[in-house]
Amino acid sequence: MPRQQTQKIAMTVITAVAFLVILPIIFVIGFLIYNGIGALSWEFLSQPPRNGMTEGGLLPAILGTIFLTLGTAVAAIPLGIGAAIYLSEYAGNNRLTRTIRLAIVNLAGIPSIVYGLFGLGAFVLFLNFGTSILAGSLTLGLMTLPVLISTAEEAIRSVPADFRTVSLSLGATRWQTIRHQVLPHALPGIITGIILGLSRAAGETAPILFTVAAFYLPELPNSVFDQAMALPYHLFVISTQVPGMPLQIQYGTALVLLLIVLSLTLVATVFRTIMRRRREW
Amino acid sequence: MTAKLSIQNLSFTYPDGIRALNGVNLDIKPRELFVLMGPSRSGKSTLLRLMNRLSDLVDGGQREGTILVDGQDIFTPETDVFALRRRISMVFAIPTPLPGTIYDNLTYGLKMAGLRDRATLDERVERSLHQAALWDEGKDRLGDSAFALSGGQKQRLCLARSLALEPEVILLDNPTSGLDPISTSLVEASLFELKQQYTVVMVPHSVQQAARVADRIAFVLDGQVIEVGGNSQIFVNPTDKRTEDYVTGRFG
Repeated sequence: MPRQQTQKIAMTVITAVAFLVILPIIFVIGFLIYNGIGALSWEFLSQPPRNGMTEGGLLPAILGTIFLTLGTAVAAIPLGIGAAIYLSEYAGNNRLTRTIRLAIVNLAGIPSIVYGLFGLGAFVLFLNFGTSILAGSLTLGLMTLPVLISTAEEAIRSVPADFRTVSLSLGATRWQTIRHQVLPHALPGIITGIILGLSRAAGETAPILFTVAAFYLPELPNSVFDQAMALPYHLFVISTQVPGMPLQIQYGTALVLLLIVLSLTLVATVFRTIMRRRREW
Repeated sequence: MTAKLSIQNLSFTYPDGIRALNGVNLDIKPRELFVLMGPSRSGKSTLLRLMNRLSDLVDGGQREGTILVDGQDIFTPETDVFALRRRISMVFAIPTPLPGTIYDNLTYGLKMAGLRDRATLDERVERSLHQAALWDEGKDRLGDSAFALSGGQKQRLCLARSLALEPEVILLDNPTSGLDPISTSLVEASLFELKQQYTVVMVPHSVQQAARVADRIAFVLDGQVIEVGGNSQIFVNPTDKRTEDYVTGRFG
């Protein structure tokens, strides 16, 4: 076969494969919209579930997921950014650093259900937080840490080394350099990483299974020591544990969860695009 | 006259084992324009970076010997290295503005040193721009991004940024590399003004530039100082064969 023709075929195949990648996402979203859009209404979003969850809305689950996402942010962001700054700016190339990196890689590889069990053992039982938003947020925060650390570290590293050298050569201290030259320019990348990490956390079921999620709790939580409903677990419950559940409510719930997660991702993408355009160098 | 900078038996080895400097001794006098001349990778930049301890940034670098500034050892633990870098300020080969406005760049070092008074900052900005021959082009653009300047303007901004700190010594690491001839002559012209007030240590862009600007020259080769002398001695009457070969263009 002539070389040009081989080239043409190869390109066609590769392009087709690339397009195949977007098919599942279109299919999933289309399927959920088709089946679930009928369930969406103001009542669906603003009312607690009623009548064995077969009627009413999702309000406690939506708010629970929002609380948990915020809790995850509070738990994971300071630790994650602190670790990223340490690893990229301060840590020497030694055994301690390598051990920390190895730990982070392994943390990323742990199945989410194991996080759930760890959360149960460590936060719910040992620290006696009970099944609570606090325990759930800490568990989700722990799970989000590796993503957060690695994206933040990458963002920090992408700040040109010259800015650091120049800043130090003008008599700035190391911390001043990080504070004024590194972090401001790494911030867009860090924030993108935070949002993406949180969107993962918002959709997780296993880590909240034993640590916070309530089967049915129409009242809203009063403190971080209260249990809460959460969308992913609620979806699991109504899909598998409640007989006679109308399909439309199941699909509607899935659609709401997906919209929350996707809108977080969208915010991250738009934010990143804007900040990249504003960048001067 | 006592030396402004006294380099004493200074050696430096990089973590990969490359010995960039090997027992360098040099005295640099106040308010002279001292040029470190030599082929690339002979250790000139390393020497320059040791003078304000930017060499500290080399993780695992090994130093022997020392540098005295006004008789004070700068490598003692008591040395305030941040104050040292304001006294002995570096301009790099590639113009590197910091993100932000021209004004931000000029006041960055001062603000990091804790200076907040707006009038003083403004005054330093104006004076440093004059000294770096950037006032006419820059005075109406202080609020513009420093990246909007041309290459030659950026380099003069970097020079002005160092001058705003009112340093005692200015280290110039090939400040005209990549500049057009007009910008180069502007920078060279400002050197003659600068040495009235500051001690200037410079790695030149070329042998010709060394001949144009230097009061005294050290010829550096493979991490060692081969010969030190006045401009005319090095170029007209070098004592070492290698110096002669280098300045006449036989190698380098």
